[in-house]
Amino acid sequence: MDAQTIIAKRIAQELRDGMLVNLGIGIPTLVSKFVPPGVRVYFQSENGLIGTGAPPAEGMHHPLLTDAGGKPVGALPGASTFDSAMSFGLIRGGHLDMTVLGALQVDAAGHLANWMIPGKMVPGMGGAMDLVSGAKRVIVAMQHTAKGQPKIVRQCSLPLTSSRPVDLVVTELAVIAFPDGRATLLETAPGVTVGQVREATDAELRVSERVSTMGL
Amino acid sequence: MKTILLKDAVALIPDGASVMIGGFMGVGTPERLVDELVRQGKRNLTVIANDNALPGIGIGKLISAGAVRKTIASHIGLNPETQKKMLAGELEVDLVPQGSLIERIRAGGFGLGGVLTPTGVGTVVEKGKQRIEVEGKPYLLETSLRADFALVQAFLADYIGNLYYALTARNFNPVIAMAADTVIVEADNIVPVGVIAPDQVVTPAPVVDYILSHA
Repeated sequence: MDAQTIIAKRIAQELRDGMLVNLGIGIPTLVSKFVPPGVRVYFQSENGLIGTGAPPAEGMHHPLLTDAGGKPVGALPGASTFDSAMSFGLIRGGHLDMTVLGALQVDAAGHLANWMIPGKMVPGMGGAMDLVSGAKRVIVAMQHTAKGQPKIVRQCSLPLTSSRPVDLVVTELAVIAFPDGRATLLETAPGVTVGQVREATDAELRVSERVSTMGL
Repeated sequence: MKTILLKDAVALIPDGASVMIGGFMGVGTPERLVDELVRQGKRNLTVIANDNALPGIGIGKLISAGAVRKTIASHIGLNPETQKKMLAGELEVDLVPQGSLIERIRAGGFGLGGVLTPTGVGTVVEKGKQRIEVEGKPYLLETSLRADFALVQAFLADYIGNLYYALTARNFNPVIAMAADTVIVEADNIVPVGVIAPDQVVTPAPVVDYILSHA
């Protein structure tokens, strides 16, 4: 199983029936492929859609029905569309049960940086700041390291997305939560040791007494 | 509401005007209006919109044509031209969280001075803004935004200017239609009064100034 699949499959286990969920671009998008059987989830696209479905057959797409990246999607039975004020009212107003986002860095207390690298990459925050501020649960989906460098760090050197810490970080090596503002290892991926996770992490990592192996 | 030819509508917009444009990555952007702005060689526009789309699509065409001096947007990451012009100092870019941007526009159109949002507290977005506590929770004061013109894309417009939008092309359109001195609408379909039922009208006719005729 490749890193992205491990991450997406593990995060999909956090989905519960009836949830309203927003998935960011990249690895987070893959989560929708692993929704557990019997669980029905509403996926929101922040451009104004609840009930995002797989794109229709080639040549059948509607140019005015797209995801937040502007790519054609389908709409499931029961879908709804709305303007951007409503879309972010859903996000900030406590109606969004979960968001899954990518990350550049996460610090030891769970603060996320995912929207810019000063002087290098300034794409804009889009909806990320509202999502982290407003969603009931924020889950980060990311590879544990980038070009060999740890992405979980003592303190983010990049600009933060929000002062609100995330709830869970899932990587191809580990599941980490932040109770009492401290990075805590809850699970390791199959075949991965606590030592290997520590090696790839540049922050103090408390190990839960009940640390277990990711069930995939 | 008046009907207007494309070239006459765009002639109303002077160089240096502030213009809100509907659309999300080009979906729901009034493309005929954008093309005509480029053709008439407009300069120094301030464009307020969700994003800058891609080169060759929607607002991306205005960026490439050098029509824009400043853009207020939430995302420019898919338009390398914007990035290049920004780094070269040819284009001023004001990045605003998407939810704050749409609420600032909504406030502008609804007669409010601004909104209080938790988004951006404790980040670089807070710089230069007032932090206000309400019942012990911190919020940022995001002030309202208005523009000289709103360029709106609608799926249906009836003969008197009631508007209805389609699917994800709605996005910023009904919100900007409330927040500009002059509202110009490009509709995919112009239909008789009554085709859009009262319950289905999203933007009521009195806020619309001009509808582009098909000719």
